[in-house]
Amino acid sequence: MPAREMTGAEILVEALVDLGVEVIFGYPGGAVLPIYDVLHRQRRIRHILVRHEQGAVHAAEGYARASGRPGVVLVTSGPGATNAVTGITDALMDSVPIVVITGQVPTHLIGTDAFQECDTVGITRHCSKHNYLVKDVGRLGPVVHEAFHIATTGRPGPVVIDIPKDVQVARARYERPGPVVHRTYRPRIKGDPALVETAVELLASAERPILYTGGGIINSGPLAVRKLRELAQLCGAPVTSTLMGLGAFPASSPQWLGMLGMHGTYEANMAMNRCDVMLALGARFDDRVTGRIDAFSPGSRKIHVDIDPSSFHKTVRVDLAIEGDVGHVLDDMVRIWRARALKPAIAADWWTEIAAWRARDCLAYVQEGPAIEPQHAIRRLWAAVRHRDPIITTEVGQHQMWAAQHFPFEEPNRWLTSGGLGTMGYGLPAAIGAQVAFPDRLVIDIAGEASILMNIQEMGTAAQYRLPVKVFVLNNEYMGMVRQWQDLTYEGRHAESYSASLPDFVKLAEAWGWRGIRIATADELDEGIARMLSHDGPAFVDCRVKKYANCLPMIPSGAAHTEMILKESEIRGELDAEAEALV
Amino acid sequence: MKPTPPPAPRPARPASAPEPLERHTLSVVVDNEAGVLARIVGLFSARGYNIESLTVADISPDHAVSRITIVTEGPRRVIDQIRAQLERLVPVHSVTDLTERGPHVERELALVKVAGTGEKRVEALRLADIFRARPVDTTTSSFIFEVSGSSGKVNQFIELMREVGLVEVARTGVAAMARGRDPA
Ligand SMILES: Cc1cc2nc3c(=O)[nH]c(=O)nc-3n(C[C@H](O)[C@H](O)[C@H](O)COP(=O)(O)OP(=O)(O)OC[C@H]3O[C@@H](n4cnc5c(N)ncnc54)[C@H](O)[C@@H]3O)c2cc1C
Ligand SMILES: Cc1ncc(C[n+]2csc(CCOP(=O)(O)OP(=O)(O)O)c2C)c(N)n1
Repeated sequence: MPAREMTGAEILVEALVDLGVEVIFGYPGGAVLPIYDVLHRQRRIRHILVRHEQGAVHAAEGYARASGRPGVVLVTSGPGATNAVTGITDALMDSVPIVVITGQVPTHLIGTDAFQECDTVGITRHCSKHNYLVKDVGRLGPVVHEAFHIATTGRPGPVVIDIPKDVQVARARYERPGPVVHRTYRPRIKGDPALVETAVELLASAERPILYTGGGIINSGPLAVRKLRELAQLCGAPVTSTLMGLGAFPASSPQWLGMLGMHGTYEANMAMNRCDVMLALGARFDDRVTGRIDAFSPGSRKIHVDIDPSSFHKTVRVDLAIEGDVGHVLDDMVRIWRARALKPAIAADWWTEIAAWRARDCLAYVQEGPAIEPQHAIRRLWAAVRHRDPIITTEVGQHQMWAAQHFPFEEPNRWLTSGGLGTMGYGLPAAIGAQVAFPDRLVIDIAGEASILMNIQEMGTAAQYRLPVKVFVLNNEYMGMVRQWQDLTYEGRHAESYSASLPDFVKLAEAWGWRGIRIATADELDEGIARMLSHDGPAFVDCRVKKYANCLPMIPSGAAHTEMILKESEIRGELDAEAEALV
Repeated sequence: MKPTPPPAPRPARPASAPEPLERHTLSVVVDNEAGVLARIVGLFSARGYNIESLTVADISPDHAVSRITIVTEGPRRVIDQIRAQLERLVPVHSVTDLTERGPHVERELALVKVAGTGEKRVEALRLADIFRARPVDTTTSSFIFEVSGSSGKVNQFIELMREVGLVEVARTGVAAMARGRDPA
């Protein structure tokens, strides 16, 4: 199609269509009215009206995480843009590909403290992967294409495009550009063959190997997931994953150790500590994972595959750093292993040792009496929905960790959670985004009663678009994670961590046209879950659980993997100032 | 459920030996687009890196590309992180650690104002001559000297001027380049 003259707003929408965008999560305002008018007059892109711009960004994240396609957000200038900042930061921390389009005051008013002006590119410069202020309508088309390229390639992340209102109404020619070849931005895809070869040799010679996988496998996509499973089968090593990588490796595999880190399993953390070769795949040695750095897996040689070289040696020095897409690197590793017909050299006692750690049964809990153990609620939920291949989102807190521990996944893109920023209020809008991507799937937000209130307004969005999302609140009347830390650090002084004045969640749900369900005792669990599932619209479950349950096991901040707290009785006391200062 | 003392004993972290600091000069070639300097400076402040000096100017005839020279100090580990973090920025073409790469030339220029009369004034002129500093402004009671060279030489000159009536200093920061015929 020959280039034709269009307004900036039309160029934007045309470019989005060319990029395959099917849905935008947004909220209108003065500085984006020209774009909204164009959206209103077309049918190719659907717009989902959220109730708060933070919700739009998390919904776009949920959409992206569940579908593997970039999420798109449209918000107005000033407060629209600042409300989006938490979501943008969240996407940066968790490497989620989204493009956020913000309106801006007209170019001639920039810098004058005009109505609803804010320095959007300044504010988002360090919480986005990249950002643009488009002052020339002729640049708009190429910028939009470049923005998607940057958001979705390399280490994915949020890209912000700030478009002044006069640019939205100015006219220029738009032509769909060919594939973007950037002057400076060229992420490396293939790993260095010599390094990959060395990595395979190291892995094959390992007596006590472990695969430590992360969100990068999910970012990379189906190839990485497939090749991870193949390599694991070939090398016979145990597999653990970070919070962000859950689902990449099937939890039903005998090689699966469960999640590692602060609230990971005893077996995963002990195996990390005692391994001789660690293969880190798309994981970034986060402090929730390493614990005390100088005690982190002291005897191992470490191989690190990551597409972002700044992840290398950032917190932990590794012996072999391979820059490249983890899918391609795994593919090469599998090929080399097969070509050379290698055999694992795993020591006979490695799996015996692991079996002994597993025998500690660190996730065990006892459900007795009517009061519900939160772990039990999650287990019952899992039992009721596992055959439906559900997508689970979470808020942030104990419920999030219990879900990670007690809701096993077999496939990727089923587990959407805020890990890096740990944003309470993520789960409901993320569930909405995932449901928009997959209207026929079962999507459940496992929530805490405090977190859910942070973006509770998005219940209106689900109602408006008849999105049958489910919210399953583990209501312990506390900001449980905070309360647990206060017991651990401040001798149980519960400063401001009680969720006072909670609403009647059932009535609240009903007020929005949702089904509201309350579960108060263990014997009501299965029936309550069934009532939630049988409703073809959105449903909200207020599941009352024990108030003082602690999330175990736990490695206190700054402690070593071997100093794991396994018993309830150890959650008490005070910490020295140095330990107290850690988050 | 009131938890009871005593506090759980927690091992104190063994104090690890402080890593030695290194001073490195980085040459960063960037697209000369709006906000690029803010990206770089912001990266240093956001991640807690040091900037000892920073110079920037465009270096291509069409003004499309700039060179930013940054002198920074930190443990080796941090210097490597700085380089990786800079390379991650979209408008950055290349980052060269000149200190790492080998022999290179570093120069900076300073303007140094000195006020005084009589013996002090004569002494200032004599010292300036030794440092090949040139007076670029003169009144009966003051000079502005222009001095250039390595940062060390400039420092030394300024220190000496303190004793003969230093008033103020303006420095450009370091410009640097690898030796030999090839570009860095
Ligand atoms: C309350 C709370 C408790 C937590 N407790 C734990 C815990 O116990 N255990 C735990 O693991 N986490 C925990 N987390 C999460 C933690 O904070 C981090 O978010 C998480 O550990 C990081 O996961 P990751 O290493 O997989 O990295 P991600 O943040 O997922 O980063 C992905 C990595 O892969 C790389 N990458 C991306 N794409 C590719 C590609 N195509 N090819 C190669 N590499 C790629 C990226 O560069 C990056 O280095 C907790 C979070 C909260 C809020
Ligand atoms: C936006 C935001 N504010 C504060 C925090 C700190 N924080 C982490 S967990 C938590 C409590 C969460 O309580 P709730 O949602 O009830 O979950 P629970 O831990 O009880 O399962 C708080 C306040 C956060 N993660 N995010």
